[in-house]
Amino acid sequence: MNVNEIAEKCGFKIAAGDDALTRTVEGIYCCDLLSFAMGRAPEDFAWITVMGNMNSVAVASLTDVACIVLCDRVQPDEDMLKKAVQQDIAVLLSDKPAFDTGLLIHEAIS
Amino acid sequence: MTLHYIVPGDDFTRAGEASGDLKRKMKKLGFPSDVIRKVSIALYEGEINMVIHAYGGEITAEISSSEIDLTLADTGPGIPDIEKAMQDGYSTATEQVRNLGFGAGMGLPNMKKYTDEFQIESEVGVGTTVRMKVYNHS
Ligand SMILES: Nc1ncnc2c1ncn2[C@@H]1O[C@H](COP(=O)(O)OP(=O)(O)OP(=O)(O)O)[C@@H](O)[C@H]1O
Ligand SMILES: [Mg+2]
Repeated sequence: MNVNEIAEKCGFKIAAGDDALTRTVEGIYCCDLLSFAMGRAPEDFAWITVMGNMNSVAVASLTDVACIVLCDRVQPDEDMLKKAVQQDIAVLLSDKPAFDTGLLIHEAIS
Repeated sequence: MTLHYIVPGDDFTRAGEASGDLKRKMKKLGFPSDVIRKVSIALYEGEINMVIHAYGGEITAEISSSEIDLTLADTGPGIPDIEKAMQDGYSTATEQVRNLGFGAGMGLPNMKKYTDEFQIESEVGVGTTVRMKVYNHS
């Protein structure tokens, strides 16, 4: 299932993403500590975090995750959006906490 | 091919530029994606460390078909106890930096884990130099 379909199915808002919205999501990874995520987030996974700043975009780009899902009503700051658009990283917004957000995606993709 | 990057201190908007640029260049040159991933992760962690712990620094990347050599040099405060700094979870990051998601104390361990050769030299009050190599297997 791709990022766009997940957004629709789970009721997430799309904050950024162009071609990136067609990327297939292979799994879910949850973490807010950037260098943890940097070392461990698997390629093509949806990465759930509350870190709505541009460093998340850098981590997403370098680890090649399928998308960033900001959970718990976190809004991305302006710099993050700018970077995400520039590098075409999909950013989804979820009202739910990390666990419930992950569960929603899990149900959608399995 | 040799590339130079200047990493400005305390400018989070530009941290990640060198690793992003090197990643794009390696892609164009056709390096295998796992080699690119290792190089970009290690370089990003080093770049961020120079920004948050050392007021910026300089990166030299030498790219050949057999390996990628990275040298990161700064003239920051230096590291008093390297062995301690290398441990998982050890961090002196400030509250402000932690609020941005840094400070897990995993940067240096990641750099070591993702590279084939890793050396760090540091002198308090003089600066820190990190040398890393990633072999290209193809
Ligand atoms: N270039 C540097 N100059 C001075 N001190 C450094 C430098 N790089 C690392 N350190 C010291 O080593 C510690 C461990 O670094 P490491 O990258 O592993 O963790 P961190 O940067 O604190 O957090 P994280 O990388 O997980 O966001 C730092 O907290 C800092 O005290
Ligand atoms: Mg670090």
